[in-house]
Amino acid sequence: MLRYFLRRLFYAVPILIGVNLITFALFFMVNSPDDMARMQLGVKRVTPEAIQQWKAARGYDKPLFINDAAAGVQQVTDTIFFDKSMRLFAGEFGRSEDGREISQEIRQRMGPSLAIALPTFLIGLGLTISLALMLVLFRGTWLDRTGVVICVGLMSISSLFFIIGGQFVFARVLKLVPISGYESNPWTAWHFLILPVAVSIVASIGGSTRWYRTIFLEEIGRDYVRTARAKGLSDARVLFGHVLRNGLIPILTGVVVVIPSLFLGSLLVESFFGIPGLGSYTIDAIAAQDFAVVRAMVFLGSVLYLVGLILTDLSYTLVDPRIRLK
Amino acid sequence: MLAALCLPVLAGCGSEWNDPYPSTERGNNKIYTSFSERPKHLDPAIAYSNSEIGFIAQIYEPPLQYHYLKRPYTLIPATLEAMPEIRYFDQSGRPASESTPADQIGRTVYRIKLRGDVRYQPHPAFSLNDDGSPRYLNLDGRQGRAVQGAAGPMALADPGSRLLKAQDYVYQIKRLAHPAVQSPIFGMMSEHIQGLQALADDIKARMAAQPGLWIDLEPLPLPGAVAVDDRTLEITLNGKYPQFIYWLAMNFFAPVPREVDQFYGQPALRRSNVRIDTWPVGTGPYMMVHNNPNSRIELARNPNFHDERYPCQSEPADAAVGLLESCDAKLPLIDGVVFSREKESLPYWNKFLQGYYDESGISSDSFDQAVRVTVTGDVNVSPAMAEQGIRLQTSVRTSVYYMGFNLLDPVVGGKTHEEQRRAKLLRQALSITLDQEEFISIFLNGRGQPGMGPIPPGIFGHQSGQSGMNPVVYTWKDGAPQRRSIKEAKALLAQAGWPNGRDRQTGRPLVLNLDTTSGGLGDKSTMDWMSRQLNQLGIQLVVRSTDFNRFQEKLRKGSAQMYFLGWNADYPDPENFFFLLYGPEGKVAHGGENTANYSNPEFDRLFKIMVNMPNGPARQNVIDSMLRLVREDAPWIYWFYPKTYVLQHSWLQNFKLNNVASNTLKYQRIDADRRETLRQEWNKPLLWPFAVLVVGLLALLWPAVRAYRSRSGLDAFGHRVRGR
Repeated sequence: MLRYFLRRLFYAVPILIGVNLITFALFFMVNSPDDMARMQLGVKRVTPEAIQQWKAARGYDKPLFINDAAAGVQQVTDTIFFDKSMRLFAGEFGRSEDGREISQEIRQRMGPSLAIALPTFLIGLGLTISLALMLVLFRGTWLDRTGVVICVGLMSISSLFFIIGGQFVFARVLKLVPISGYESNPWTAWHFLILPVAVSIVASIGGSTRWYRTIFLEEIGRDYVRTARAKGLSDARVLFGHVLRNGLIPILTGVVVVIPSLFLGSLLVESFFGIPGLGSYTIDAIAAQDFAVVRAMVFLGSVLYLVGLILTDLSYTLVDPRIRLK
Repeated sequence: MLAALCLPVLAGCGSEWNDPYPSTERGNNKIYTSFSERPKHLDPAIAYSNSEIGFIAQIYEPPLQYHYLKRPYTLIPATLEAMPEIRYFDQSGRPASESTPADQIGRTVYRIKLRGDVRYQPHPAFSLNDDGSPRYLNLDGRQGRAVQGAAGPMALADPGSRLLKAQDYVYQIKRLAHPAVQSPIFGMMSEHIQGLQALADDIKARMAAQPGLWIDLEPLPLPGAVAVDDRTLEITLNGKYPQFIYWLAMNFFAPVPREVDQFYGQPALRRSNVRIDTWPVGTGPYMMVHNNPNSRIELARNPNFHDERYPCQSEPADAAVGLLESCDAKLPLIDGVVFSREKESLPYWNKFLQGYYDESGISSDSFDQAVRVTVTGDVNVSPAMAEQGIRLQTSVRTSVYYMGFNLLDPVVGGKTHEEQRRAKLLRQALSITLDQEEFISIFLNGRGQPGMGPIPPGIFGHQSGQSGMNPVVYTWKDGAPQRRSIKEAKALLAQAGWPNGRDRQTGRPLVLNLDTTSGGLGDKSTMDWMSRQLNQLGIQLVVRSTDFNRFQEKLRKGSAQMYFLGWNADYPDPENFFFLLYGPEGKVAHGGENTANYSNPEFDRLFKIMVNMPNGPARQNVIDSMLRLVREDAPWIYWFYPKTYVLQHSWLQNFKLNNVASNTLKYQRIDADRRETLRQEWNKPLLWPFAVLVVGLLALLWPAVRAYRSRSGLDAFGHRVRGR
């Protein structure tokens, strides 16, 4: 298994270089270093000298990929790409274009993102699996059909509607929770989290429930289920003890891979609920053309996704003893 | 289900479950407001946008400030004993007078005398050991970690303070030249302040010799800024630059002590994002005590703030609305300010209605809910707002929005004299056709005033009534300006060689290109309206929508034809608007701010005269001549002067809109008891609909439970099994 993981890690390196290369190319296709300087310096009284100075201070006065003026290996290393993107492999996120240490920002913002994402993930997963099992239990009945219709309805509505509607009904009209905001103290932050967590769960419940229902429907027709029922097991035992367990592999494929990415937060929910997490950090960076932050967040996202894939493989071995990683 | 589980916990919140602030803050004497964009810079040498100045203007004190209540805007001393003494010297160094022609003035000296009672806020940068050495100059690991929280350097124990010195202003002026600081005004100030460019070169050389090391600016010479003694400062400018006095009221000239620069120069602090750019240190009424720019920034009263009193002089109408009730009261009147980040307008607006923000602007989405316009054109708050005691203040901003023509373009600018004549007539025809009144009514809910020239109201040189009317676009009729007819516009277009929008010689249609960025004035509905307007003349409009970077690039290269832009006043002087049309400021030729690339030798000659004149009838005459020229030449369509609409709750007092000054929070007052009472009244939780919702959800589940129980009692053949 160790060799398997080492091999997967080795494969990850070219993938990450590729992701970096694509991010870099896409960003600089749209924004030149001059554009970035102007964005940071503002539009009033910006002189060409100030732009040159800004670029020089941050290393954006170098060539993008190949430095013809340099000699030897420096032709590659003395470039913006190597200087900005390849350092990420050493864990150096550097500073944002307005001078703040990015790793410090990520550390600060990870907590708020997790505070929303983790309960949303755990409660949402438990709820959707339970609902899917319930629909499967009543498959073919009016309860199942009604449930599917509700799920399709929930899927069809934009998550923005749930956010704005949730804020209006529960915070504005019923006045049960604050409309937006956040506190770093976990003992007092909970009342800011109830609404965004509930809204996130409701927004995702339709799609997930339908997906899990499909998986469980496939399982429920198998022989082992009939055997279990013939043994006299209760419906609950059959569903939770057999159907769920055997349906876990496709579920894990979609679920475990997102666990590491929970750190990255949600772009929309964080923005509307004033949660100072990594999702809103990324959105702000894109709006401000802050390449340093964008590349760091894309890199971090890629790493976490790759970690998620490895964890998914590992999780298969846990739920299905027949699977061996070689 | 989730919410139902949380309800018992919510019950522990007290009477207002939706209160976004800690319960310990209830009833306090603080202002609650918001910010949408996290400030990029809080360094007074860099900060230039409203989102940044709104914070630091409460903390830093430049030498001068604007009178809070007087209009037109009037400069008064902030940290000075009196207004600066200005002395002129001719080219040979002999004293000259203010009336000496500007081209004969060799240098101007501003002699500034500081008050003796101005002290800095408590801050660890001023903290000293027993031997007088700085206490926190070499932070150890524990101290370095301590400053990483939202309390930043204020987490360090036993902060110190000291009196403001003239050397601190000198130090800050030197910082403007520091290449690592990158002050946006350095380029402009280096032309005026003696020796600033040479100092920048000196610092650059030292940075190259000692990369990464903090550079002490104090011993470096700067002839243009000298501390005569601890309380006297002399700033020497090349030639004459009367507008410099306004810069002395801006954050760029706020004091920064050497020890603060040195304190923040420590690597341990820079690694923790604790810099002068994130943790300002000033002598102003407030000091920063909490800085999480992602969610909350908090200012607290500076216990060392010097004696400053609320003004007792004002405009006549101010007394009637209670703006003089705090006359001679010691400032600041509130204990602190809490800025919460709201990126979206909807949560911000709803929180204002719940009383959790003390004042609010009005977005287009909320306009109809907030404001009623009467048949006579008066603007009032809606009945629902009035019931809550919310009041509305409006003010025309010292800003101008315009549609510019690139005069380097062959169609709207022209190269030969004949082409230029035809292009001018075309621009005049367009100025008449594009109906700003209609635009303001449809797209701005009336929140603007049609533009008559580059100078907005509130700035010297702007005139209202017939004398301030743009005669190219309007005629004066029945005591009001009336837009000239489309017929007149068509006649001008025909004279320009485009009868009915077609080239007289070739018959090809006239196609104009408008470069925009998406959103704002460039959105689709606006562009559709523009197309319809130009259709009246038979002109086809092509909208070239692009991103902000490409748009700026087009302006720099002169490849745009028509575009929308705006300008907010840096200071209340006509020079700050006329320079946007000054020839040597041409965007393409000189990289300046004249994006129309307008060049009229007569205008430029008058500009140089006007710049050096004091406000008065003679200056007004020159300004009128300049306005005549730019109205006739029409390099811009003077689109509109935006109006600010601000709603304030009844408990917020001494609130007067100010379009130039930002240090206004120290004058405002809160009736904290009233705020608390009304917040409780407005935010009682409504439980019965929630209970209905929970019951409804349970009712939905009930058939499932019944069906499950029913199924559980059946055998494989569907027969009920006994005992189950």
